[in-house]
Formats: sequence, structure tokens, C-alpha cells
Amino acid sequence: MTHRIGVFICHCGINIAQNVDVEALTEYASHLDGVIVSKNYKYMCSDAGANVIKDAIKEHKLDRVVIASCSPRMHEHTFRDVVRDGGVNPYCLEIANIREQCSWAHTDKEQATEKAKALVRSAVAKAKLMEPLSTSTIPVIPEALVIGGGIAGIQASLDLANDGFKVYLVEREPTIGGRMAQLDKTFPTLDCASCILTPKMMEAANHANIELFTYADIAKIEGSIGNYTVQIKKKPRYVDIKKCTGCGDCAQACRLKGRVSNEFDLGLGKRGAAYLAFPQAVPLKYTIDSKHCLFLTRGKCGDTPACKEACLQQAINFDQKEEIITKKVGAIIVATGYDLLDPSAIYEYGYATSADVITSLEMERLISSSGPTKGEILRPSDQKKPKSITFILCVGSRDETQCTWCCRIGCMSALKHVYLLREKLGEDVEINVCYTDIRSYGKGYEEFYRKVRGLKTNMFRGRPSEVRNISGQLTLDIFDTMTSKLFEVTTDLVVLVPAIVPRFDATAFARILHLTQSGDGFLLEAHPKLRPMDTFVNGMFIAGCCQGPKDIQDTVSQASGAASRAAIILSKKELEIDPLIASVDEEICTGCGICIEVCPYDARSLNEKTRVALVNDALCAGCGGCIAACPSNASVHKNFTKKQILNMVDETL
Amino acid sequence: MTEEKKEHNKEEFEPRIVGFLCNWCSYAGADLAGTSRIQYPPNVRIIRVMCSGSVDSMYILRALLEGADGVFVGGCHPGDCHYLDGNYKARRRMVLLKTILETFGLESERVWIRWISASEGQRFAETMRDMTDSIRKLGPNPIAKQWNI
Repeated sequence: MTHRIGVFICHCGINIAQNVDVEALTEYASHLDGVIVSKNYKYMCSDAGANVIKDAIKEHKLDRVVIASCSPRMHEHTFRDVVRDGGVNPYCLEIANIREQCSWAHTDKEQATEKAKALVRSAVAKAKLMEPLSTSTIPVIPEALVIGGGIAGIQASLDLANDGFKVYLVEREPTIGGRMAQLDKTFPTLDCASCILTPKMMEAANHANIELFTYADIAKIEGSIGNYTVQIKKKPRYVDIKKCTGCGDCAQACRLKGRVSNEFDLGLGKRGAAYLAFPQAVPLKYTIDSKHCLFLTRGKCGDTPACKEACLQQAINFDQKEEIITKKVGAIIVATGYDLLDPSAIYEYGYATSADVITSLEMERLISSSGPTKGEILRPSDQKKPKSITFILCVGSRDETQCTWCCRIGCMSALKHVYLLREKLGEDVEINVCYTDIRSYGKGYEEFYRKVRGLKTNMFRGRPSEVRNISGQLTLDIFDTMTSKLFEVTTDLVVLVPAIVPRFDATAFARILHLTQSGDGFLLEAHPKLRPMDTFVNGMFIAGCCQGPKDIQDTVSQASGAASRAAIILSKKELEIDPLIASVDEEICTGCGICIEVCPYDARSLNEKTRVALVNDALCAGCGGCIAACPSNASVHKNFTKKQILNMVDETL
Repeated sequence: MTEEKKEHNKEEFEPRIVGFLCNWCSYAGADLAGTSRIQYPPNVRIIRVMCSGSVDSMYILRALLEGADGVFVGGCHPGDCHYLDGNYKARRRMVLLKTILETFGLESERVWIRWISASEGQRFAETMRDMTDSIRKLGPNPIAKQWNI
């Protein structure tokens, strides 16, 4: 059957027309085999341009459409809607990319026009073999999974829960709260972090629509948009959280009390094996640390484990096992946060060799009134008040040998520390700040910076080459590029502001979710400007620092945005699924099963009776891997068929 | 079409390259080269595929038989495949194909496989420049010559 093809060529203003002879191309296309009509227009994507296409479809009874314009990544969806409105199946459209891959890349008009002709010719060759496809629908499960219980995950969960959707919030630590819970105050308003975070943590824990899984990991995720199956692995905390009242008797009784370093305080404080990360933890349930607990590591803790004896509720249960819980959800929000670069990587700053070289997060715990020193600023080495404190910014950030990116919060967090230290220690302490540039870009940030500069702070623009530690005395040389002078600074405490890096297990985690990472290792958004919360996996969204460094304001905004994006899916009863997937020619299929092995999505299976391979439409992502692998050409990639591609190859040459 | 082919041979040798680019990385990288107005030789004709792992060896052989002087396959960086491991499949297939090409006496350097991410417009343009130069040095595809006789 011969098809009636229309070719529509866009000038894109002058973007295409300046380097491609659009008139010549239109004339050329009109003589191609199968082409009934060929037209050009200034802006095909405009309403008027759409009418040119729709009118031509009616007038010439077209059933296949080729549009030569910008990249299909740009306007394929727009044009599919146009041809559908015109009465042609939306999948009988092929786009020849003559802007991004032709007129913008080649300025020689003759060469660019020749290339455009080849691209149109091959698009027409493909269009001849296009088949009308229909989208099928799948039901949507109106429940969501949120991974990560920091401020991003909490905000996203609350938004979705308040929208009326059931949310499973999974956190790997024993408490939600994340990084924000470790902070003392927040810039630039100096709100107490706990005071604004704790109510949200409580709200999330008590919300009727939120089910909290703390001390749990994601073991496996299968399925696709609208219908994901999630396996949540609950780690044993050896405390029955239904019975635990949070009284703390177990922690008091623990034989290791005060002997295990507390990761929440970054090792500056001590806890026992039975512990609560911090007093405002949510849920307020204790955890037995299986790595340290005497009973769990050695099988013996006195005659009976002291915690078990102390717990009147009999909540301690050493028989708890790891548990896998399976849930079905329609959408997933990933908010797994960030790690700080370990400054030991920058050997010359002496983080690994001197106790008095600390990170900004450790300073946060020292300042915090709920921290290991109850808010007193004491040097870790001798527990004395420092007379001089020096901040080094951009430790590993904006550094080609470590992290090329800006951490976006380092400047402001250091300025905040300066302000809080002045408040706590008065005028007696000397404060030095070695910065690269002060980036105070947010609302109220520049004003805060000015305020801090008035606080007798020595600002040096430059990066020290090293921190020397001579029998406990810290000294550094700093060349100030503002005054072009070299200063030698002797100081009691050095605070490094390290780079923000992806979670240590970001790559393994991205694999579980089939998400992609950008070159820096953070999770990749679908479009940096227009789809910043979407990922390339439909139905999965990202929020907060797992996508890249950001402050709390931006994190919360992004989390609400991600929740709103997820709600668009969850509020639908059914979803259309893209029909550009695999299918099987049952006449040819020999049932060899190679397609089953190569499919990364478990979308292929074998009908044991007929010995013919099957495709699960909901699982198939349309990669085409099984098509190339099929030895008998029985696997077909809809509208990317082998015949179509070979036709394109023939015509492109 | 055949007329054009003859015309081509008369002129100074301009390599003809067919490029199979995956939708998610390399094709987007080629788009970015254009968006950033980075210039590269117009010798490459791009065919969009969903994944480099869907590029059948048959496509490449057909292109070479039909007169392409070079074939380019572009995929996502190892580990970054949008479909998890399609680029590894492509890589394995290309290694095998190259040995077959050598067996038939055709330079395997005519077939290139490279990883170009969506953010590497510059790299795409540079790769196209390198490939065009290198195929120009190799000279016309000998199979195509025989084909034309």
C-alpha cells in the first residue's frame, strides 16, 4: 500500500532558513517518492503553523507526516498533538532534525542544504513504513514512596499526604530529620533549626496518610510509572517500637554507655550501644547498635544484657530479624541528600592529623546547645576555649583536583558560624575567614554578609597552601589577593568548609532505581531548566541535595515541586503508556529465549505452551536491546523497525 | 540517488558517514553541539535510535555496503545507559563486528563507537571532526567502489 506523505519544513524564524535553503528543500522534497505535498512555514510550532499542517492533511488526505524542524527531543510531542488533531495517527509522524543537527552546526549554506535534503529523504523513507499505533492505559496506584527522611523527604511526604495520597517514607537512619537536624541555626534568619524542623518531623510521624519506615533500606524496585513494586528492607533495631516508650532506661543501663562514638555528633560525642541519635529523634524509639552491642557481637553481656534487664516494657528483643516489606506505589520521590567530602583527601590541611582541624558540620555540633559540649566552644584536643578561630572555605570545592562545583552553602554557613561565635565568645576571640569568593546570592544573604563583615572579622581572599601543626600550634600562610600581601596566621582552631558530594553509595543506589547520574555523581534531572525535579525514569522525581548542592530554602521548594509533579500522576486513574515498545512476530519466533536474557526490565517471558516469546507492555521501556539480539528477526521495535532503519540508511547515503 | 553517488566520486573525496546515536545521550549531545553553535563537518548523517544497544550489526554492514565510508555509533558513557546496560551490549557487538570486518579485508577503523553524554556537545563536535579527518585519510570505502562498478 502506498502512503500519502506530507512534508512540512520550518524556517524557525531565521534559525533554519539562514543556513538551509528552505525553498529549494521544499521543492526537492515534493519530488520524493510517496510525497504528495511539501510546504514550508516560518514557525511550524505556532498555531498558524499547526493549521498549515492540519489543512494540508485534510486537503491532500495525508496519512503520514514528515516535519523538518528542530530536534524531536524539543517538539515531537507538540507535533504529535498537531497531526492527531489533523486526523493522522500521532505515531505516523517523523521529524527530520534540520536545526540542532544541521543549520546550527553548519554555516556553509550549500552543504547544510545538501545535508538537510539527506535528512528529509531518510525521514520520508522511514515514514513510508510507519504504522499507526495506539496507546494503551494502565491503572495508577494512588500511593507514593519517598526515599530519605531529611527536610526534602519530609516536605514532599507532607505535601502528598495533605493532598490525600498514602505515602511510605523510608529513612535508613533510626530517626528522620537528616542533615538539618544536625544544624544549630539556619542562615540568614538565624532560625533555630530544631525549632522549625521538629514540628515537621512530628507532623510527618503522626500523619494518618504517612507510614514511616526508619532504619530501613530500599532493597529492590520493579515496575514502571503508576505501578511500582518496592521492597523495603527493615533492619533489626532489636527494640520493639510498639513497646518502647523512649524512656531511655536501656541507654542508661548499657554497659558501653559513653564508649561508642556518636555519628550524629560526628564523633565529637559518645553514646552507648543502646542509643537515641538525639533527644528530639522521631520516632522517639531507642536502637541497639549491632556493630558494638556486647551481646550481639560477643554473645555475652554480663549474665543478662543490662538493657534488657532495665527495660520495664520488655521492648528489647534480640531475636529481631531483618524484614522485607513489599509495597505498591504509583510514583517515587528520591530525596537521599548528600555527604561532605572527607577533608583528609586534602592532606595539607591536616584534618586527619590534628584534632583541632574540624569541619563546618562538626562546628555546627559544637555550637549546638544539644551537642556534645552543650553549646560551649571547646577545642577538641584540650577542651579549652579557643582564642583564635580560622575558617577555610572551598575545601575541595571549585577545585579541579577534587570537586569542580560550588557547594552553594559553604560561604553562608561560615558567615553564620562567625556570627554565632561572636555572639557566644564576644570580642575576645579572633576570627579569620579565608574565602575564594563570597557567594551570597539568596534572599537576605548579601545583607547578612554585610552584617558579619562589621563584626571585626579578618577576611582573607585566598586559599591557604597548608595548615602546619607544630606541637599543637596551628599556623597557616595566607596570601590575600585583595591586598596582595602574605599573612602568617597562628590560630587555635581551624574549621574546614568541605565540598558537598553525592552520597557514598549514590552509584549503587542509582542502579537500584535505574536513575542516571550527571558527571559529578549527583542524580541527573530530566532537564536542568524545565524539568528540574523529573528524572529520565517516568514516575520518579528528585528533590534536595541528591540532585546537587542546595540550601534549605531551595531544597524545600524543590521537594514541594517534586510532590506536585508526583501528584499529577497519582491523581489520575489511568495513564497512557508509550507504544514505541517491542513486539513479537509470533510466526517467526522460535522461542530461543535470548530476548528474555537481554531484557534489563524483565519485560520478556516465554509462553511455555506455544514456545513464543511475550512482551509485557507495562514493563517494556522500548530500548530495542531484544530487537538487535533476536537471531530470527522476530522481535520488532514498533516504529523503529529494522526495515525502517535500513531504509533510512539507504536513503541517507 | 545513484546519480548523486556518481557525482560524489568525481569530486574531491568527501567521506560519507552514517551515525547511529542513542536518543538519551549522544543524540542529545549532538543537539547540544548545535544549540551551542559548535561547528563540525556536515559529512555525518544522523539516524536516531533509542539505545546504542539496539544497533544491529546489520545496520552497519548495510551502510558500508551502500557506500558509507564510515559508521559511527554513539552511546551513553559506561554505567550511564538510560536502559542500564545497552551500551555494554553495543560495545560487545562492535568488538565482534570489527573482527568480522577485518576478516573480510575491510579496515575496522571505519566503524567507530564512542560514549558521548547529553552534556558533551563539544565532545560530539570534536569526535565528528576527528572521525571525518581520519576517514578522509583512509580514503573511500573499497566495498562501495566495487559496488558502483
